[in-house]
Amino acid sequence: MFLVFIETREGKVKKSSLEALSETKRRAGELGSDVGAALVGTGLECLNPEIFSSGASQIFLLENEQLASYSSQGYATALHELVKEVNPKAIFFAATAMGRDLAPRLAAKLGVALASDCTKVAVKDGKLEFTRPVYAGKAFLTLTLKSMPQIATLRPNVFPLVEPQNAAGEVRKKEVTIPPGAIKGQVAELLKEKGEEIDVTEADIIVSGGRGMKGPENFALLKELSALIPRSAVGASRSAVDSGWIGHQHQVGQTGKTVSPNLYMAFGISGAIQHLAGMSSSKHIVAVNKDPEAPIFKVADYGIVGDLFQVIPALKAELKKLFE
Amino acid sequence: MNILVFVKRVPDTESKIRIHHETNTVIEEGLNFIISSNDEYAVEEALRLREAKGGQVTVISVGAEESTTILRKCLAMGADEAVRIKDDLKETYDGLRIAKMITRAVEKKFPHFDLLLFGKQSVGADNAQVPSMVAEMLGLPQANVVTKLEINGTQGTALREIEGAEEKVIFSLPAVVSAQKGLNEPRYETLKGIMAAKKKIIPVMTLEELGLRREDVAPQVDITKMEMPPARQAGKIIPGPPEEAAKKLAELLRHEAKVI
Repeated sequence: MFLVFIETREGKVKKSSLEALSETKRRAGELGSDVGAALVGTGLECLNPEIFSSGASQIFLLENEQLASYSSQGYATALHELVKEVNPKAIFFAATAMGRDLAPRLAAKLGVALASDCTKVAVKDGKLEFTRPVYAGKAFLTLTLKSMPQIATLRPNVFPLVEPQNAAGEVRKKEVTIPPGAIKGQVAELLKEKGEEIDVTEADIIVSGGRGMKGPENFALLKELSALIPRSAVGASRSAVDSGWIGHQHQVGQTGKTVSPNLYMAFGISGAIQHLAGMSSSKHIVAVNKDPEAPIFKVADYGIVGDLFQVIPALKAELKKLFE
Repeated sequence: MNILVFVKRVPDTESKIRIHHETNTVIEEGLNFIISSNDEYAVEEALRLREAKGGQVTVISVGAEESTTILRKCLAMGADEAVRIKDDLKETYDGLRIAKMITRAVEKKFPHFDLLLFGKQSVGADNAQVPSMVAEMLGLPQANVVTKLEINGTQGTALREIEGAEEKVIFSLPAVVSAQKGLNEPRYETLKGIMAAKKKIIPVMTLEELGLRREDVAPQVDITKMEMPPARQAGKIIPGPPEEAAKKLAELLRHEAKVI
């Protein structure tokens, strides 16, 4: 069996977990394995249909009142119990904040190595082969893991979803035992910035601003543009963040976040090496910059050499027409 | 507070990476190496906690002789002691073996600590594995990718960055915390600090001293290929005044790229 961890947030399955499930289904199929999906928490049943239709043949609901909010120790304990019982060949996670926090903890419990943030999984000579970016995408490694079971986290926004199947399977509810004192740290509260629901790592489209935005007030232009485009988020270059124009959680690049959206629009970003590393795996890139020599144009599919303060309002008007 | 901070030497983010294709390694010639930027936030946070609460800050790096440079930088920033765990292997991209060495070093040499601080990930291997693995091996709680940290007695409260939100994590000490940009603004070294750091002896711990055999920390990650990302071709420059160019761009994005 291949096992995939399904992350839930506020009672919903994360899309990146369904992407991980889809990829697990494809690779497990090649090796003649079935797919088990593991959910951890409380009150999880209602999520079953979506998970079966995305490729799982078995669902494990690992429940305990103490797991109502996330704790790496509690979740890892629950998953470890399941792993001991079903003895999977491979365990996949989405490389989300939670997946990246939890997977190494489980790997350490099992005493095995981990492939983080993979962008490709293949089967070669009956073995799993993982490809992952290093140096924020300046290079890619292809690797195999000598230890068993194989554990990997898969980067969001990279792996396509399977066509939903009308399928059902076995659901097993498992009451997890958490020894007293095993959870020494836990999430107490979720704090949300208003109106900023989509992270740059999960967005389909990113509208990003750099030094050419000239000041914090002008990021409002990008926020307005983003508001017009479904599933989009505002990004920023390091210099914009370091100047205090926008929060660091928006920073794209080697010292920020590596992203691979469908469309990356760079406004007033010259394209420093460390920025290009973080965004050049985007499927499509648009650059708007005054300087025709800016390195960003070397990676852009579409470029406009011009004043972004004229281009953005014009683009807003065009998009408004398109989306009406 | 007794704080241990773990730092790593990595290629400067402004550098281009070149690959030695026979060995699947990064060509180090001509490459500038620095302390991983996330680790600087960890060092700064440790210094601030010591200033507020007293105690000691020890900085530890796993690596070859060259890692001494970044340890001296941390001493110059104000760390009390620095120690190197000797590892002669180049980057293996295997967090588990590093976590094993760190865990063993902590157990053997620094059993009395309150906090282990790391960067959220090395800016290079980009694994983000070691903090969680060490936490598990030592039976400690963890708060990773932290932008705010408060310590009150034996309880810690951290804000941890997740997709589009933050989680408030409450944990007991001792604990593992990994730092993210936004946590603080790292200080510069002072001249006095640099002079003092030069004279400081940096003890070296070997695997044997830690009671580890080479095979205990043999890499479990087998790199079969290292390559550059596919090169992107420069595309179209859309000419014309802004309104026209914007209109054309919107059309191309909808009908050619089909992304909006």
